[in-house]
Amino acid sequence: MKEYNKIIDDLAPKKFGKLGKIWVTSLVIIIVCALYAYYQQLSKGLIITNMRDYALWGVYISNFVFFVAISLVGSLVTAILRLTGAHWSTPLTRIAEVIAVAAIIMAGLTIIIDMGRPDRIYNLFLHGRLQSPIIWDVLVISTYLVISILLLIFPLLPDFAILKKYYSNNPKLSKFYGNLSLNWTGNKTQISLYDKSIRILSVLIIPVAFGIHTVTAWLFATTYRPGWDSSNFGPYFIAGAFVAGAGAVVVVMYVLRRVYHLENYITDSHFDRMGKLLVLLCLIYLYFNVNEYLVPAYKTTKSEASHLNELFFGGYAFLFWTVIVGGLIIPVIALIFPKGRKPLPLFIVGILVVVGSWWKRFIIVTPTLLNPFLPIQGVPKEWHHYFPTALEWTITFGTLASALLIMTILFRYLPIIPIHETAEERGLLETHNTEKK
Amino acid sequence: MKEDNQQQSKRKFFELGIKFGLLATAGTVLASKAMDSEPSGEMVELMSTDGHIVKVPASEVKENSPKPRNYNPREGFPGKKFVMVIDLAKCKNALRCQNACNKGHYITGENAWLKVYKMQESEKTAPYFMPTQCQHCDKPPCVKVCPVDATFKRRDGIVLIDNERCIGCRFCMAACPYSIRVFNWQEPKQDKTLLKSQEYTPDYCGQPSVKGTVDKCDFCPHQIVKGELPFCVKACPNDVFAFGDMYEDAVTNGSGETFKLSKLLKDRAGHRLMESLGTEPSVYYLPPVERLQDFDKGLENYNEFESVHKDS
Repeated sequence: MKEYNKIIDDLAPKKFGKLGKIWVTSLVIIIVCALYAYYQQLSKGLIITNMRDYALWGVYISNFVFFVAISLVGSLVTAILRLTGAHWSTPLTRIAEVIAVAAIIMAGLTIIIDMGRPDRIYNLFLHGRLQSPIIWDVLVISTYLVISILLLIFPLLPDFAILKKYYSNNPKLSKFYGNLSLNWTGNKTQISLYDKSIRILSVLIIPVAFGIHTVTAWLFATTYRPGWDSSNFGPYFIAGAFVAGAGAVVVVMYVLRRVYHLENYITDSHFDRMGKLLVLLCLIYLYFNVNEYLVPAYKTTKSEASHLNELFFGGYAFLFWTVIVGGLIIPVIALIFPKGRKPLPLFIVGILVVVGSWWKRFIIVTPTLLNPFLPIQGVPKEWHHYFPTALEWTITFGTLASALLIMTILFRYLPIIPIHETAEERGLLETHNTEKK
Repeated sequence: MKEDNQQQSKRKFFELGIKFGLLATAGTVLASKAMDSEPSGEMVELMSTDGHIVKVPASEVKENSPKPRNYNPREGFPGKKFVMVIDLAKCKNALRCQNACNKGHYITGENAWLKVYKMQESEKTAPYFMPTQCQHCDKPPCVKVCPVDATFKRRDGIVLIDNERCIGCRFCMAACPYSIRVFNWQEPKQDKTLLKSQEYTPDYCGQPSVKGTVDKCDFCPHQIVKGELPFCVKACPNDVFAFGDMYEDAVTNGSGETFKLSKLLKDRAGHRLMESLGTEPSVYYLPPVERLQDFDKGLENYNEFESVHKDS
């Protein structure tokens, strides 16, 4: 009983401290700046970006791919680990789901930012053509969003009921959580429904998650362009997405553990296991990278050769090798050693992986576009290169800040660690219930 | 029941009979009229589909507008398949095609719909100039990927864009291997456009251009309606371009010379750009062989960083 109450005390949502307030304020400031920049874009057109007819997609699209990639972690931790019976991941499930929901919401918004005519988005529903991979993306992203939200909410129901009781001396909060709990009492019918729906959703989310990232990869792979024209692209993107997502979980869990003092729940062993998982994912991704670059490099067809040359030795070489070495090879080496899987080193590796993943999408999108089949001629000199403008960066940082803000708000009002599941796994629930009787 | 049916079928029979009767009378009246009209003295020369010149009385020749009354801009001109032939052996990079296109379509952006590339296959082959615009592919990759059916392929072979529907995702531009599509990154600020009537039609690409949407070469359906050749074909001083109808197997160049398409392509080893991609373009190229003019002379006009000349 005592232990059970302590768990609730530890895990009930807590108000922002000073640091939290500063954090939220800075995020809001970035978002306001981004909104201003987006207003500029709406009134002047995409001319405020450095995208032009050759570099026709830029940082918005690579940022979109990044968000989609990050969102896949929800299915990895909650579904794959849950279904394979890896119970150690229970304290991380909500973190992963919150990241997934925030990322997929921002993915949807980011793609709208890239549109030349966002005011005509209704045409997708009026005149949508199933032949276009964009329509597949719209369908599968909205499906994934719904399933992700359900997978976040269902395990929360018992927690909300617990919080309703916990805040009984604060009627407003109690009512808030009571409403959210949808009358959860924990009776047999509810529990069997609850177990069944979570199991069904966990199975459902896996093909949909693979779907969103495969379709996102196909946005590129269905064109003829060297660097995109690859049958490897679907699995390559999915492998990369798991790396990015696992990296994000590592970073977020470290920060939350520090800020909310969750050392009893997110232990060093969790970091160790996440570290091992990340090595495996990085190695798989490295394998796909070898496939993606080595095979065309061996053949060196004319168009592929000039693209690869640009990546390996040309203008993108610094970025390319930094991403490969800093974002994949160094993490693998660091995480092989047990010391590298301690919380702080793993946190640093996680940041490397996430930042590397972000730039990796950039070098997938841009260099290919600047290496078309016909030479770039008859356009101003500036069109031969692409680097985002300040306004483009502002908008991009705004989307990243928005994702972080969504996560922050959710972590503020939801128990970060599932209370019910933790109590259940520690065998406290039975005794608690019987004691009450 | 049965009787009813019989009655009905009888009535139908009568109705049909009356209709046929009417048609027959109308036919005879028309026929007699045609017989009555005496052949006037004026004769005109026409070329038959198999290349023979025949003389026909001028009164028998009727102007045939390709645009029927129930014309649908998404279907195009019935019974036509427009093609273009570009003779690389004749191109001197005079750039009149580009200027005429830019002016005719009131292009205000910085990337022209028609560009003349300076090409060289390898160090050992001679360089040449290659005019390139929308290839109006029969299997257009741009149309395939468009999520809202804004860019579409017509029965007459022309690929157009409905820029009142385009959402500006630029997927078509990424899909096009010929890099011919241009985007309106800002307000186009055209003071004039070709389109005179108030009602918008995708027949007139970029008339007007719309901020945040894609434009490209439209094969000049607005000129075809008037019975004229596209701007580039008409403007070229060297007869590089020839335009025509594949079903008629004939293409006409700017000087008004008409060639048999199949023979021209066979004799001159015509090919299309990036055939291996399977896009089936409607634009054919004749190889740059036996050129008389000096390539370097064309370089005088060549501007690597400009395709739309701005007066200011």
